[in-house]
Amino acid sequence: MDVRENTIAILVNNKPDVLARIAGTFSGRGFNIESISANVTMHPDVTKIIITTIGDQDTVTKLEKQLNKIVDVIDVKDLTDVASAQREMILIRMKVTHSNRERIKQTVDTHGWKVVSTDADCWILEVTGDRQEIDSALSVLEPMGLDDFTRTGIVALEQCKS
Amino acid sequence: MKLTGAQVLFKALQQENVDTIFGFPGGAVLDIFDELFRSDIKHILVRHEQGAIHAADGYARASGKVGVCLVTSGPGATNTVTGIANAYMDSIPVVILTGQVATSMIGGDAFQEVDITGITRPCTKHNVLVRRIEDLGRTVREAFHIARSGRPGPVLVDLPKDVIRAVIDENGISWSVNVPNNNNGKHASISERCMTALDMIGKAERPLIISGGGVLLGSASNEFRTFARKLNIPVTSTLMGLGAFPASDSLWLGMPGMHGTYYANMAISHCDLMIAIGVRFDDRVTSKLDAFAPHAQVIHIDIDPASIDKFVKSHVSIVGDCRPILEYLNQKVSENGFSMAKTEGWLNQIDLWKKHAPLTYCRSEKIKPQHVVETLYRLTDGNAIISTEVGQNQMWAAQFYHFDHPNSFISSGGLGTMGFGFPAAIGAQVASPDRVVVDIAGDGSIQMNIQELATAVNYNLPVKVVILNNGFLGMVRQWQEMFYEKRYSHSDIADVPDFVKLAEAYGAVGLRATRPEEVESILRQGLDTPGVVVMDFHIEPEEGVYPMVRPGAALTEMILSKERAAA
Repeated sequence: MDVRENTIAILVNNKPDVLARIAGTFSGRGFNIESISANVTMHPDVTKIIITTIGDQDTVTKLEKQLNKIVDVIDVKDLTDVASAQREMILIRMKVTHSNRERIKQTVDTHGWKVVSTDADCWILEVTGDRQEIDSALSVLEPMGLDDFTRTGIVALEQCKS
Repeated sequence: MKLTGAQVLFKALQQENVDTIFGFPGGAVLDIFDELFRSDIKHILVRHEQGAIHAADGYARASGKVGVCLVTSGPGATNTVTGIANAYMDSIPVVILTGQVATSMIGGDAFQEVDITGITRPCTKHNVLVRRIEDLGRTVREAFHIARSGRPGPVLVDLPKDVIRAVIDENGISWSVNVPNNNNGKHASISERCMTALDMIGKAERPLIISGGGVLLGSASNEFRTFARKLNIPVTSTLMGLGAFPASDSLWLGMPGMHGTYYANMAISHCDLMIAIGVRFDDRVTSKLDAFAPHAQVIHIDIDPASIDKFVKSHVSIVGDCRPILEYLNQKVSENGFSMAKTEGWLNQIDLWKKHAPLTYCRSEKIKPQHVVETLYRLTDGNAIISTEVGQNQMWAAQFYHFDHPNSFISSGGLGTMGFGFPAAIGAQVASPDRVVVDIAGDGSIQMNIQELATAVNYNLPVKVVILNNGFLGMVRQWQEMFYEKRYSHSDIADVPDFVKLAEAYGAVGLRATRPEEVESILRQGLDTPGVVVMDFHIEPEEGVYPMVRPGAALTEMILSKERAAA
């Protein structure tokens, strides 16, 4: 079976140890977390965790079953083949000098990115997009004085409620 | 009315009809033990917390009820971890109540503080740290609900000292259980799948049933027996499933797997349909997966969706409680229109296999362990509750005590916990005071929880311990003999202790047999003696367990005896 990156949405009760349970199920059962993001949903008692993991369909099915055994897991959904929006966000710190300031500004404007924080030496840029867009933003900015970045896990939402 | 946390806890236990707790006190649970002093609940004081959790486990296996264990924080809690993992692997419903330091101290490395919910997260079905007295009643009741529902398992409730000492108005307590059931309503209609299964059964020429602990946990032995007999399909049951189908029945094939019977393993390897019920296909059962049931279509019935297609691919899976599923299948089989293919040839073939290599052993001048177990079976009319330790003793018990009744074989299947059998026997004896309870032990395993002799003697729980004493860690020695050219590295434990004197030191009766002709008389004497009896049988030191499938080999590649292994 094809090995690929899968996006899994897990709805859980918003309890302090639930993330540890999810992470423990991944590590204890031999699955890997590639990226993770978690936050509350429309219902404040419920948290949605989006995890991407690499594996074949068989692996994902086994993982879903194991996650479903956790008492505080409400629902597990594999979004990989579901019509959905899947986005990441990255914050990129650029070293800004007289020589590159204008070029960075131009690049940011062209791509519709944002400068979200500035001081005399550094700008922090915000880029959102799918994984490829983030990767290409990094490759564009890399030669312009990229200093550091923080990248979120994927967040995903299915197009229609199933 | 005002209630303390300890009183709320006991109200919850009362609502769950708890009559027995196995425990050991300590600083963090003194308030609970103080309340226990006033309670009607029977408490069995063990000598080590591992004894408490195994006893609660044995109690649960013998009674079908949830076992309860109460220990203090820190080392009290960590001492139960092996027993919790044991219950988790074998899906046994147990609730573990652990003391915890006060909520204000948690995280500060307080005296006897340990993050027990963190430690036991991977080996409990669920666990919870109760932070507020308002949640206590509900949480304890939910723990029982979770422990026994679906695929059962251990649930740990961690109880900080200040929560137990806090006071609440009775009206402010919530008791109602609110646990989501994740696995409901996600599976195709059971009746439809049952019809597909029956269609496959009707067409099969070489059908075989393999059952596991799920049939016993689901209290489905009667329905299971009816099912197999109506269809006249031979049955093999895993170690965890022994007793669900009577060993005296002609359809019985014995246990499969590494130390399974020749005919069970041959039947698995040649069947064209395998009906798997409440079984999870442990590697000790399947051995080499690629060669497991290579000609069979598989119908898999299990309550846990995660067991389906985990190792063995099913052609039809039915997820649910096996008792109503078997009832439904039995009903459909009785209706007009159900017919089966001819299976005489298959049944004849199985008879030939049974005759070719029955379970057997050679007598010698020394006591043979199989002889001890067979004699015990005869003297108890097969009606005893048998617990075992882990290793050779466990396999000989499984092979030569022919289980006819459910919930009569209590053994550590998944985890393989040495030291389980004796405290589990104590728990089983508490649950079944009128039955004969025998722990079949090895001289290695029995020493891992030997301190519980004090518990058994104190409460006059008349457990009989049969030590198959070969002076070795026997199964380790057998593997060293077979796979490590007889280099017996650190597996020789001969001569110490003197088990008769040890029994006497604890106030139990100690008996010893060293020659085959003494076996029956010592067993008789031991069984007839009231109270706790330790019987020390000095057996052939290098006796092995056979048949044996080498780890990783196909089930057909069996070594039938030491003689044939050498050939």
